[in-house]
Amino acid sequence: MSAAANSADLTRATAADLAARLAAGEVSSVEVTQAHLDRIAAVDGDVHAFLHVNAAALETAAQVDADRAAGVALPELAGMPIAIKDVLCTLDMPSTSGSKILEGWVPPYDATVVARLRAARMIPLGKTNMDEFAMGSSTEHSAYGPTRNPWDLERIPGGSGGGSAAAVSAFEAPVALGSDTGGSIRQPAAVTGSVGVKPTYGAVSRYGAIALASSLDQVGPVSRSVLDAALVHDVIGGHDARDATSIPDAWPSMAEAARRGAQGDVLKGLRVGVVRELRGESGGFQAGVKQRFEETLDLLAGAGAEIVEVSAPNFEYAVAAYYLILPAEASSNLAKFDSVRFGLRVEVPGGTVEDVMAATREAGFGPEVKRRIILGTYALSAGYYDAYYGSAQKVRTLIQRDFAAAFEKADILVSPSAPTTAFRFGEKLADPLAMYLNDVTTIPANLAGVPGMGLPMGLAPEDSLPTGLQLMAPAREDARLYEAGAAIEALLETHWGGPLWAQVPALSGSASNGGAR
Amino acid sequence: MARAELMDFDTALELFEPVLGFEVHVELSTKTKMFSDAPNPAFSANEVTDANTAITPVCLGLPGSLPVVNEQAVRYSISLGLALGCQIAPMSRFARKNYFYPDLAKNYQISQYDEPIAFEGTLEVELEDGTLVQVPIERAHMEEDAGKLTHVGGSTGRIQGAESSLVDYNRAGVPLVEIVTKPIVGAEHRAPELARAYVSTIRDIVRALGISEARMERGNLRCDANVSLRPRGEQKLGIRTETKNVNSLRSVERAVRYEIQRQAAILAKGGTITQETRHWHEDTGTTSPGRPKSDADDYRYFPEPDLLPVVPSPALIDELRDALPEPPAARRRRLKEEWGFTDLEFRDVVNSGLLVEVADTVAAGASPQQARKWWTGEIARIANAQDAEPGSLISASDVAAVVELVESGALTDRLARQVVEGVIAGEGTPAEVVAARGLQVVSDDGALIAAVDAALAEQPDVLEKIRDGKVQAAGAVIGAVMKAMGGKADAARVRELVLERAQA
Repeated sequence: MSAAANSADLTRATAADLAARLAAGEVSSVEVTQAHLDRIAAVDGDVHAFLHVNAAALETAAQVDADRAAGVALPELAGMPIAIKDVLCTLDMPSTSGSKILEGWVPPYDATVVARLRAARMIPLGKTNMDEFAMGSSTEHSAYGPTRNPWDLERIPGGSGGGSAAAVSAFEAPVALGSDTGGSIRQPAAVTGSVGVKPTYGAVSRYGAIALASSLDQVGPVSRSVLDAALVHDVIGGHDARDATSIPDAWPSMAEAARRGAQGDVLKGLRVGVVRELRGESGGFQAGVKQRFEETLDLLAGAGAEIVEVSAPNFEYAVAAYYLILPAEASSNLAKFDSVRFGLRVEVPGGTVEDVMAATREAGFGPEVKRRIILGTYALSAGYYDAYYGSAQKVRTLIQRDFAAAFEKADILVSPSAPTTAFRFGEKLADPLAMYLNDVTTIPANLAGVPGMGLPMGLAPEDSLPTGLQLMAPAREDARLYEAGAAIEALLETHWGGPLWAQVPALSGSASNGGAR
Repeated sequence: MARAELMDFDTALELFEPVLGFEVHVELSTKTKMFSDAPNPAFSANEVTDANTAITPVCLGLPGSLPVVNEQAVRYSISLGLALGCQIAPMSRFARKNYFYPDLAKNYQISQYDEPIAFEGTLEVELEDGTLVQVPIERAHMEEDAGKLTHVGGSTGRIQGAESSLVDYNRAGVPLVEIVTKPIVGAEHRAPELARAYVSTIRDIVRALGISEARMERGNLRCDANVSLRPRGEQKLGIRTETKNVNSLRSVERAVRYEIQRQAAILAKGGTITQETRHWHEDTGTTSPGRPKSDADDYRYFPEPDLLPVVPSPALIDELRDALPEPPAARRRRLKEEWGFTDLEFRDVVNSGLLVEVADTVAAGASPQQARKWWTGEIARIANAQDAEPGSLISASDVAAVVELVESGALTDRLARQVVEGVIAGEGTPAEVVAARGLQVVSDDGALIAAVDAALAEQPDVLEKIRDGKVQAAGAVIGAVMKAMGGKADAARVRELVLERAQA
């Protein structure tokens, strides 16, 4: 076996498989980490998934190997590399949230989820690209240039977490962390053929996640398999006293749920609710996405699932409500970027502190960020509050009721994760509304706080690009998502004859395997 | 406005009716801050001194940081709300008050807006002559304090004209309760006195609750005084000003009086009052304009999404209600009786703002009369000379210790005054000052007898008179002995010895 083939072998393995090999001593963390660093060096010039690569990764990996050799008991994912979305604060790496205003800023603390990765002895590989402050569905709004979709470098990888999704689907990292405010984990997962989970609001700590919209943000895993996502979820999830919205309850193991789902016949009798409003009957849904979705429903029915159609009439207003609540909260959350304590400072000779604040914000924020700050400031203004923010909160309550009613008829809800496959760069930049509508399927889960998972649903016939299936469960029933998700994944992979990611085209890199296409 | 241009107070009151309103901010003395585990500088045991040392990512509003509510601060706030006779909201909510200012780390303040923790109360305030006034309380809500700016360069020390500013975030996030009154009408010529009594009552309450150190000079208790005038017979409220930076009880009274006189002078000339904040200047006894303030200030309040609503259990509210100390007016009635003070003696203590100090000193073991004598006498005199609050100079337990030393005969009154002076000067506890300054009364009879014999020998004529039964003549010898002993002798004992030795 050549060194290159061995390296490719390590980058194309699942995290669960790597974990077993690491635990058995068949492979070292240094080897696994080196293989991924090599892959990053080879392909990230094309993909641009990373904003920063961790120079200390190998050193950290060597410490894990040394401890393992010394017989120290290690957690399941010890020695496993992981990519971290740049929205998360890291003590040892810059954390910019994709913005010029935070260029080079190294926080004096770790986000809780990052601290938990370290406690689990995982190896941070680096920080991944994203739309500035997580505002976007394409990474085209990153201040550091867009990430390219490994399936087609001329196309967007989704957003805002396009960097994490592309890193995983380009085999630059086995797993990654993302954050999802309106679909920033699930939509990139859909268009890159990967798995992404937005946990129940409060299931994973937000402490150290640079806030976009506090009532909607949630950190979650990105991976190439449901089980891998579950393994990462178990590491980062659970109560955190530093986040007042964190749920204090104990949680079941997501990995156990995923293993149960992959092995058993949990689909038999499972009530799968198809949300009529998200089925693609109205405009904007690509034919191939609808086709793969209907085929998946047929496969599920064939496996014994009970397909029921449910209606969520208020989902129609979700995007409108979301684009009031998000900008309102963001306009306030982003007020702290004023040059006084951290980040960019644009000096104004002879100017007042207000002049410096204004010049810094003018230079440091990109156009999409400014657009949303202005929208949000307006929506919160005296005299408009009730009509905009107030009404949007009422819609939110109605959407929660729609979910509650739907979950009386169904155990899980399904829809396409995104209405289209990956679009070309620039295609929607001039039309913010078209960009916003790409999150039409994912936004309701954020507004209601329920968990959602995106997983590969096959390639659209017309463009051979990945489509995604979204599963949603009631709040706190994240384990149900992993169980059903793993079962559906197994069903689809049997149907395809292997995982979808096996078909990712080769990228020009020494570690590529020259596989499909 | 120069003082000469002010309208005479009595004339102002003939023409106009004053309407008052107060916003009092109380810094809670919790161990940690309102929303972070940083040490709270308003809890003096934390001994925060250097700038920007009592801070966490939360105090600095660093990206990604999140607030978590301090449970003790909520309990303190509920207690204060109950003591103000307020209803406690079964569910209250934090909100963001958005505005840009460099001392506000996040550029929003976490406060409470339309759902405060306590609302609709009444506070009974007693004026100097015992008149009781019911002050209507609109609300008491929780919020976080801002940091402190120091402006460098420029002549005024204010932000306008400064070359640069330094920010200390130690105070950022200190828990505050803001108590807001409804408009207070009917105080008439006693409005300034009521202002002082109101703030003084709140100070007494928070001290009795043990929820704030309540030192006005340290900013633990801050009062913004709203004053408006309306012509006699008018129903509509006049335009108000809000005077800030009033840092002592005396200033509160003076500032209200000044604003009444200033506004009356303007209105009487047909002018209009500008709705604005004004700054009180202790040195000149005047106010000057701050920033214009209108009801249209748009803070874009919205519910704080990082925090859950505050839902205190009825059991907790009951527990805190049961633990409330006596209301100040009732407490005063009780103490006056227990201490056996005359009306005059008691009013002297109350009007000097020394009730808590005297009570604490009595609790520490001193007799009420001695406690009163020291606080309203020597300590008040020194405080007045130093322009300080008496309570900030010396502790009640130290005063009680001094009283104890006097009553045991270890100190004379004269020596005790020196001890008090030493304690205030920071020389240590009374016992340490006595030791360091060598102030103890000479109780060694041997030394005293020698001094008495020497004095008698020097004044044979006096000795003769004493031997003849003219006991009152002993005074001259006693004086000589006291002088010889440097005052460190018990005069009564010296007298005994003089009479004894004269017969020897």
